[in-house]
Amino acid sequence: MLLIRCPWCGEREETEFRYGGQAHIATPRSDVDDASWARFLFHRDNPAGPFAERWVHIHGCRRWFHIVRDTLTHDITRSYLPSESPEDAG
Amino acid sequence: MADSEGMAVRLQSLPQATQVGFRVTLASQMSAANALGIPALPGVNRFIGAGGLLVLWLGPDEWLLIAPDGMVEWESRLRNAIGADQGAVVDVSANRVGFELSGPAARDVLASCCALDLHPRAFGPGGCGQTLIAKAQVILAQTDLETYRILVRPSFANYVAAWLEDGVAGVQGHAKADL
Repeated sequence: MLLIRCPWCGEREETEFRYGGQAHIATPRSDVDDASWARFLFHRDNPAGPFAERWVHIHGCRRWFHIVRDTLTHDITRSYLPSESPEDAG
Repeated sequence: MADSEGMAVRLQSLPQATQVGFRVTLASQMSAANALGIPALPGVNRFIGAGGLLVLWLGPDEWLLIAPDGMVEWESRLRNAIGADQGAVVDVSANRVGFELSGPAARDVLASCCALDLHPRAFGPGGCGQTLIAKAQVILAQTDLETYRILVRPSFANYVAAWLEDGVAGVQGHAKADL
């Protein structure tokens, strides 16, 4: 069981959250070629180590936020607002 | 729903109340607070009880007002105070029903079904949060040292009550065993 820090509500149990996949995926312009569009839709990083990902506090404040989670150890090193980048979040 | 009478803890259902959910920009939060007669809207994970009203923090720009039924037109009063382009006000009176869990063992009962940290170092009177009781989403507010108010969607009410009654039975079982 993970203890996840919602940037608004504080630390809560994993069961209050839903996972939203990799963070910081920019939507391309609609006129890109099919290969780029397919990469945007289907291709995601799968690192063994720190990974920036989206979560939503679905049973709490219902807000989306990002965390940096180590996929090997489950250590969560950062929790930050979607408007921030993983580098400038504390 | 039957009340559970016991030495250490008591569970009862609360009468129907007016509930108004509102979201409001920073610019209009003061006028919303004025309309409710409170100095400021409550901050993160807090609620304010004043003059029979309860104002609960639900999210970074979102609050819930609970008021006695039929006294004041809170929805229109809040809407006028907030202004058309500064937020949203919705009557959600039928959205949730209320329970009150009180007594020295109330926190032990909640510990049987709710993962929120209710220890005094993390929570206390004036604290509120949206969390889970078993698998049902609830709004939990601690109104005094030994009293919690639980708001749950009506279709989950029997389920949550069953979990709480089970917790009450467990606490009372322990109490008897201690004698």
